[in-house]
Amino acid sequence: MSVLVYCEVSGGSLKKASLEALTEGKKLAGALGGSMNAVVVGSGLDAHLDAIKNHGADKIFTVDAADHDNYIPEAHLTAVVDAASQASATVCLIPATVRGHELAPRVAVKLDAGLIEDVTGLGAEGGTVVSTRPEYAGKVYRTLKSNALPMVVSTRPNNFDAVADPGAGEQVDLTIDYTAKAKVVETRKAGGEKIDVAEADRIVGGGRGLKEPENFKLIEDLADTLGAAVGASRPVVDSGWRPHSEQVGQTGKVVAPTLYIAVGISGAIQHLAGMTTSKTIVAINKDADAPIFKVADYGVVGDALEILPALNAELKK
Amino acid sequence: MNIAVLVKLVPDTAAMIRLNAEKSGIETRDLNWVLNPYDEYAAEEALALAEKNCGEVTAVACGTENMVDALRKTIAMGANNAMLIKRDGPYDQLATAKAFANAIKDRGFDMIFTGYKSTDDDSTAIGPMVATLLGLPCVAEVNKLDVGDGTVTAERNIEGGVEVIEATMPCMITAQKGLNEPRYPKLKGIMMAKKKVIEEIDGEIGTAQATTTVMSYQAERPAGKIVGEGVEAVGELVRLLREEAKVIE
Repeated sequence: MSVLVYCEVSGGSLKKASLEALTEGKKLAGALGGSMNAVVVGSGLDAHLDAIKNHGADKIFTVDAADHDNYIPEAHLTAVVDAASQASATVCLIPATVRGHELAPRVAVKLDAGLIEDVTGLGAEGGTVVSTRPEYAGKVYRTLKSNALPMVVSTRPNNFDAVADPGAGEQVDLTIDYTAKAKVVETRKAGGEKIDVAEADRIVGGGRGLKEPENFKLIEDLADTLGAAVGASRPVVDSGWRPHSEQVGQTGKVVAPTLYIAVGISGAIQHLAGMTTSKTIVAINKDADAPIFKVADYGVVGDALEILPALNAELKK
Repeated sequence: MNIAVLVKLVPDTAAMIRLNAEKSGIETRDLNWVLNPYDEYAAEEALALAEKNCGEVTAVACGTENMVDALRKTIAMGANNAMLIKRDGPYDQLATAKAFANAIKDRGFDMIFTGYKSTDDDSTAIGPMVATLLGLPCVAEVNKLDVGDGTVTAERNIEGGVEVIEATMPCMITAQKGLNEPRYPKLKGIMMAKKKVIEEIDGEIGTAQATTTVMSYQAERPAGKIVGEGVEAVGELVRLLREEAKVIE
């Protein structure tokens, strides 16, 4: 029995979701009674080995070369499968990022293993893996028990804590043999210091109540003050006011920040499905009967265009 | 160009989802079923590509008899052929992917499209799994695509940026919102969809690697409070966020 965690390095940095997966992997390895190991592909990986060790890895399988600056799907797939074989992994954890959504199913095929995606709860019960995952964007949850191992499990980012609990941290160089049928040829960072809505700890979401796309400036100003990401409801994305990358909800991103401020969003069921696990929810809406108030911890009834500048000014005090 | 699009029927995203009495699955009565929204983007991309290259589009679905509706909706959009893989198996992505892969492996598809996610089980697995089973490259969550001569260039949003990916053909593309504007079926297409003979093949049941023990609802949030009305409430709101919720400094 052993657990293998895929650590994602993207744009030169180790994703926080990897540390969360390592933490869950360490707990799971403890419950199943085995070692916990990590696999990472990239360049200049020395910078990340301490963090991976400190979050519980006994062995760290590395593929470290300049040509892995950019993501090559087949290389990462091969590295995970080879490391899983060398470590006799019975459970393979992969952070459910955009990359993980693609990688985890491919690893499951190569290991001929079951796959449980995007779990929000993970544990062991008498040698089996028990996991819980949201469906219908979180309207309901499914709990599953493994019938056979190995299993591949992808862990939802921003859902588990990352806690240091050092492992032996022995580095093992992997030599992989693969044919690249696809490769990333360019990565463009989002403009400036913009925070992605899927990774944000605070989100200010705007909807139709903003009345015009230009008024999203008020949302952006408030987000700047709070160090928050900008989110959007489906209607304003469908109308072309905001990019789809900002959409929160069943056909956008499912988010769970510490603070979600919904401004001029009525709270259609498919939006609520995407944000109701946020820790604290604030709703600002002119309609006192809007469904968003049913999930909000704090509500203010009124015109978003008047309240936003006042709120921003108050926060800057 | 010979193109496949893998499609699925799902409950409307506006639907209220209730669990059945046994808490083993959802209550499926009274639901309005639609083509998985992301499969609509996949179908649109497949159809537009076929039109440009004098190609053909085959819609493929896997499941019980009611999946025929997903195929008919795709034919109504313009798909030329349709195949139902009849399978009433346990809930398991790998088993489903194997049924798809076996059914399409000898059909000589140059491109395969599917939605990046299904909005019922929120799974993103089928596209990448089928690609891997068939030994094909896969580019997931694509919102921009250029198909060249033997290669494709695709873009997708990742956390905090955009990735541009090149892949060789044949290739699996999973479609994200933003890839295109799906067309509405025309009356002619809807009439055609009713009459079209759908090829049926038997799919392997396979084995489930995990069993559902229970389904549950998200814990209800405790009732919140209305802090007040208009700009006068802002001071109190900020005080509560600082001192009670402690989510801001």
